[in-house]
Amino acid sequence: MTSMTSMAQARYRRGELHEFQAADQEFIYLVTAGAIFALDDGASAVLRSLAEREMSHAELVDALVEHGHDRGDAEELIGELRYVRGIVSDAETPVAAPQPTSPPADFPLQALVLNITNQCNLACTYCYEFGADKIATPDGKPKYMTLETATASVDFLLTQSAGRQAVHITFFGGETLMNFKLLRQVVEYAREKAASQGRGIGFSLTTNATLLTDEIIEFLADNEIGVTVSMDGPPDLQDLRRVDKRGRGTYRIIEPKLRKLIARHNSRAITARVTLTDGVTDVVRIYRHLKDDLGFDEVGFAPVTNNGDQAYALDDKGMDGVVAEFHTLADEWLEYALRGERHGFSNVSETIGELIQGANKSHPCGAGIGLLGVSPSGDLSPCHRFTDADTHTLGHISSGVDTAKREDFLARGHVSAKYECQTCWARPLCAGGCHHEAFVRYGDTGHANLHYCDWIRQWTDTCLRIYGAVSAQNPQFLERLAERKALS
Amino acid sequence: MKHLRPINRKAERIDQAASMTEEDVVALQQQPDKPKPHVPMGCSLAFFPGWEVDAGGGTAGLCQPVERDIYDCYVTCFWPVQVADHVNYSPDWASNCAIATKDWRKLDLVFP
Repeated sequence: MTSMTSMAQARYRRGELHEFQAADQEFIYLVTAGAIFALDDGASAVLRSLAEREMSHAELVDALVEHGHDRGDAEELIGELRYVRGIVSDAETPVAAPQPTSPPADFPLQALVLNITNQCNLACTYCYEFGADKIATPDGKPKYMTLETATASVDFLLTQSAGRQAVHITFFGGETLMNFKLLRQVVEYAREKAASQGRGIGFSLTTNATLLTDEIIEFLADNEIGVTVSMDGPPDLQDLRRVDKRGRGTYRIIEPKLRKLIARHNSRAITARVTLTDGVTDVVRIYRHLKDDLGFDEVGFAPVTNNGDQAYALDDKGMDGVVAEFHTLADEWLEYALRGERHGFSNVSETIGELIQGANKSHPCGAGIGLLGVSPSGDLSPCHRFTDADTHTLGHISSGVDTAKREDFLARGHVSAKYECQTCWARPLCAGGCHHEAFVRYGDTGHANLHYCDWIRQWTDTCLRIYGAVSAQNPQFLERLAERKALS
Repeated sequence: MKHLRPINRKAERIDQAASMTEEDVVALQQQPDKPKPHVPMGCSLAFFPGWEVDAGGGTAGLCQPVERDIYDCYVTCFWPVQVADHVNYSPDWASNCAIATKDWRKLDLVFP
C-alpha cells in the first residue's frame, strides 16, 4: 500500500542529466551513470514538461494521455524514466544517487611511467619540469636511471599487476632518448621477464624527436614501441617556444628525422602532442601540418599547464579562438566518421572512446591507481608529471607504495571530494581534471580545475553531439572504434 | 525499454537490468512500476516450509509432517538432500498430490 500512496504523492522533477540533439533526435546523458539514451517523442515531452515545473504522477499521466498515449503506456514511460533516474521524486524511498566508488587499495598496477632521465637537451620555455612552475626538486638526485633501478621497476610492475594478462611501460623524461641505452636494455629485460610468466607487455615513449637516429627508429619499429612526439606545429610555431639552450628553434632538426620515423615505423600509431600557448593557437593549421604534411596518425592538443600568471599562458581570448578551431576539427571528425573513415584529431577520439564505455570516473585519470611514475632515483609518484617532486612521492621502488600517502592522494582527488563538481553534468568524464594542473594552479591536487569548467562542458557537449549523430547514422563505426581502443 | 534506446555500453547494462526486473521475479522489497501479478519464488517466500525438527530432534512431533516439507524440493528444485528421488527411484511419489497446500497428506514416506 505504501507504494501506491507514495506514487500518488510523488512530485517528479528532472534527474541529473544533460540533454542534447543530434541528427534530428533527442538524447540524454545521465550524470549519475554516464549512460546515454535516445529518447522517443513521449520521453522528450515528459522532460520538457518537467523543465518548466514539478508535476505529480497523476498530472504527468494526464498530460501524456492528452499527448496521445494510452494510460498503460504513460505509466510504462514514467516507469522507464524513473528507473534510469531521468526523472526523480522526493516521495520515493530516498536512495542516495550512486557515487563512483574508489578502486580497492590493492588495485593491480597496469602501467608504469619510467622517467629514465630528468635531463633534457632542449629548453622549451613553458616546460612544467624545468620552467617557472616546476615542482620537481631534482637537486642531488640521480640524473639518469640505472639498470638496477629499471629492472627493479619492471619486477615491481609485474608483481603488482597480478591477474593482468598484459601491462605497459611508458618511457619518459627529461628527453627520453638521452638514455636510449637503458631504454633498449629495459625493453629486452621486460620482454623476457613477461614472456617467462606467459604475459604480454607493451611499450611507448614520449620524445622531442631531436635525438632520433636511423638505429633508434629501427629499434622502435622492430619492437612495436608507440611513439608520441611533443611538438607544436609548423616552423614558425614550433620554434616559438620549443628551443634549445641557446634559444634556437628546433624544427629544422626534427623535420627530417620525423619523416624517416613516420615512413619506417608502421607497427604502432605515431602521435603528435601539441602544447597550446599564447600565439600558438592555430589548431587547424597545426593539425593540417602535422597530419597531412608530416603524416602523423593522430594529433592531440592541450593548453599549457601554468599558474595563471605566465606570459605564455592562453588568455580567455586565446582560449575562445582555440575552442572555435577545435569545433572546426570536430565537425570534420564527424564527417569522417559518417563516411566510416578515421580522423586523426585525438581530442575527439579519446572522448568518444570514453563515451562508448559510459565511463563514470571516481578520479580524473589512473594516476596513483593503475599507473605510477618512477623517477631516475626510483622514487614512486602518481604519474610522470610529479617525478622528482619531494612533495608528492608515493614510496620507492625498493620499498613499494606508501599506502598512507597514496590513500591521501586518492581521497583528495576523488570526484565526490570536489565541491564544485557535485552540480556539474560533465563530471563523469572530467572528475575535476588533472591532479598536476590543479596543484600548479591551486596548490592542491584535489582542487577542481575551475579555470577549465566552461570549456570542458562545451567540449563534452560537442563530443556528445558527435556521438549521438554517429550512433544514429553509422553505429558500426562506434563498435569498430571500441574494438580498436580495446586493443591499443 | 520501449521509450528509451540505449546507445552506449553503460546504457545497455541499465537496459538489461531493467528488462530483468520486468520479466523475472520481483523481490518483495521492490515496488513495481504498476500493479502486476506477483509471483514470488524461493523457499522462504511461498508455502514451502523450512527444514524442521521437533523439540526432540526428530520429526514425529512436528506440527505438520516432514513429507509436506520436502514436497517442493521434490517437484521443482530437486534440492540435493534426502528427498524422494523422482528421477530414478520414485517417479510417482507426488502423483496423488496435485496441490501441495491441499493434498500434502497424500504424500507418503519413501523407504529405500
